[in-house]
Amino acid sequence: MNIEAVKAIYTSEMRRTRKTLMQSIASPVISTALYFVVFGSAIGSRIQSVDGVPYGLFIVPGLMMLSLLTQSISNASFGIFFPKFTGTIYEIMSAPISHFEIILGYVGAAASKSLIIGSIILITAAFFVDLRIEHPFWMLAFFILTCVTFSLFGFIIGLWADNFEKLQLIPLLVITPLVFLGGSFYSVDMLPEFWQKVSLLNPVLYLISGFRWSFFEVSDVSVTTSLAMIVVFLVVCLSIVWWMFKTGYKIKP
Amino acid sequence: MVSPSSGSVTVGGFDIIRDFRRTRQLIGLVPQELTLGAFELVINTVKLSRGLFGKAPDDTYIDSLLEKLTLGDKKQAMVQQLSGGMKRRVLIAKALSHQPRILFLDEPTAGVDVELRKDMWAIVEQLRRDGVTIILTTHYIEEAEEIADRVGVINDGRLLLIEDKDTLMSKMGNKQLTIELKEAVEQIPASLADYDLQLTAGGTKLIYQYDIKSERTGITGLLSDLNGAGLSFKDLVTSQSSLEDIFVDLVKGQA
Repeated sequence: MNIEAVKAIYTSEMRRTRKTLMQSIASPVISTALYFVVFGSAIGSRIQSVDGVPYGLFIVPGLMMLSLLTQSISNASFGIFFPKFTGTIYEIMSAPISHFEIILGYVGAAASKSLIIGSIILITAAFFVDLRIEHPFWMLAFFILTCVTFSLFGFIIGLWADNFEKLQLIPLLVITPLVFLGGSFYSVDMLPEFWQKVSLLNPVLYLISGFRWSFFEVSDVSVTTSLAMIVVFLVVCLSIVWWMFKTGYKIKP
Repeated sequence: MVSPSSGSVTVGGFDIIRDFRRTRQLIGLVPQELTLGAFELVINTVKLSRGLFGKAPDDTYIDSLLEKLTLGDKKQAMVQQLSGGMKRRVLIAKALSHQPRILFLDEPTAGVDVELRKDMWAIVEQLRRDGVTIILTTHYIEEAEEIADRVGVINDGRLLLIEDKDTLMSKMGNKQLTIELKEAVEQIPASLADYDLQLTAGGTKLIYQYDIKSERTGITGLLSDLNGAGLSFKDLVTSQSSLEDIFVDLVKGQA
């Protein structure tokens, strides 16, 4: 195991985060605060509670998921896309590093950054609502698993994309709608029956539901299903990355 | 870097795929393009390279390396602030950061000015003295002629030959004999027609090409026949064809 290489990639990526501290940290904090103002106060004041949870509090896990998913994907995809774009990837590809170590460095850094951002959002939320977490262990498990899985997904996008348009394509056209339609700001029970069934096809629903359960013991689907879904998604992402490295798809000429 | 199609490559006796860690640790690579993260500090990008190759941080070595490459005062500079020549040096520093035994320099002097090219040659010579094996690809034949111990010629993706430079030049090179006549002549005497001579410099010089590989160069006979034709000379100069001539001959022969 080339620990020094993993450390070098991780440190370099985290240094990039520190350099762009304002856009990395401040931007999600500001947008979260705005969500609380708009959804929590303006709209939330007209909605008494959802499943017995005050609306402002109810949206906290959804808001965190929204940021975790988008941040994990964008951090990891940009982290590996940029060396590809500038050509500095030659160094990674010629170094004595295994594929696993490359993933560990890049995905580890992207996931760490998402964990930091998620924690900051949680702290920010505590200023707006009376926060409570019923199952801290499971909350942490969902938190970490989501960061790692979606950083891995972002890493795949970064490897696959060969221009900036493609880099933005999936986060904007797929992830954001899925998060918004996955019950970030509502319970699927509030939808007509037909749309409730359609919502069950949305994988993000399971993540948000499981995460929300760890906070309030309130969920749209069973927590076991949520956990299984995220593990399945993690395995699928790992398989795709493994295949891409093995075949050199979009990596080697 | 590329997916293998067929065959195998070994470095220091180790297979580059099976023993990729061991072989890659031996190798440093300086690409032709100036591929560097624009917003990174010189010191950080060099340290990153060392780490990637599995070496623990060593500030003393990195500092001395940067000094050797005259980058000592630039280590806190951002890469994008450097000139092209300096960026090239940073790439060399990155490639040497893990103390490789083999260094690939892919056209290090492509598009650089003469002064910098000479600087690069000096760096290469220093590395060679330090015991680093350098594999330098170049389109400048005089560069290979100046600094290489062994020369390989690749055309159309195929290695045409690899040979000790001096051996190659003596094996493949033609020699030229320039005979400076005491008095100018208007034409080459008919008795010397067999020698395929060229008359130049207003009829004062005769040029004779000969093959050093052949058993008989024909020089003795030529000098004797010159005497017989009544031509006397005041000087004789021999010169050998350059690597460039050899390269052109090889590539033409391949076509």
